[in-house]
Amino acid sequence: MSTARIRLPASIKKGDIVEVKTLVTHTMESGQRRDAQNNVIPRKILNKFACTYNGKEVFKADLAAAISANPYLAFFITATESGTLDFVWTDDDGSTIKESAKITVA
Amino acid sequence: MSLVSKLPILSRRRLLAGAAGLAGGLIAVRDVSAQAVQPGAHQQVLDKAVGGKKAQPGKVRIRMPEIAENGNTVPMTVAVESPMTAADHVKAVHIVTDNNPRPEVASFYFTPGNGKAEVSTRIRLSQTMNVLAYAEMSDGSVWSARAEAKVTIGGCGG
Repeated sequence: MSTARIRLPASIKKGDIVEVKTLVTHTMESGQRRDAQNNVIPRKILNKFACTYNGKEVFKADLAAAISANPYLAFFITATESGTLDFVWTDDDGSTIKESAKITVA
Repeated sequence: MSLVSKLPILSRRRLLAGAAGLAGGLIAVRDVSAQAVQPGAHQQVLDKAVGGKKAQPGKVRIRMPEIAENGNTVPMTVAVESPMTAADHVKAVHIVTDNNPRPEVASFYFTPGNGKAEVSTRIRLSQTMNVLAYAEMSDGSVWSARAEAKVTIGGCGG
């Protein structure tokens, strides 16, 4: 079960460029490791990330196996209006992890 | 006086080698990253990402600790100088390494709504190596940067 955590500054004024910090639980199995029987443990990572701000995509990423387990991604947005930030991480197997955060802009 | 110091140097080395072999056998998960790193693969990935455009050094900064204690999780921040306006902004930043089993790290796609073209994450480095970044701008230009991180304990399960 993966959990996602989002951190935003406590008080945001219109026009502020704020840092959005995200953290999601995921092994990010690189495909480089072998098990005790010497079989390669297949790759299984989150390979995409996207953030939308009140429905408009503001930032996205393609992730490879070199991203550490429990991926931490921090980026910036210009705060224009209050509303919702939506986040989606996509796994190699097509499943997704979704999280939302309210953003209050003074 | 310890037993080991009484042994001649040759035997001590053999003892340590034997101990290392035993320890290796006890680790349930082994890493295959000792497979050959393809030299130049990282440059091919970058060239493909920017459609073969030539990159000039500048505008991009890669921040990492000079010495990474744990190659499994090396903090990295990549920042690109840009006003991030609709007319002049960073479109994408592509990041690769030159000595990992596979060169790709990530591609980050920015919009003027970011305000700042800066992203932080944590990456895996299997050994000391260079991290290279190519930034594609809205005017079609490509800028590059390179940073080296020394890794004491590799980050590929080994």
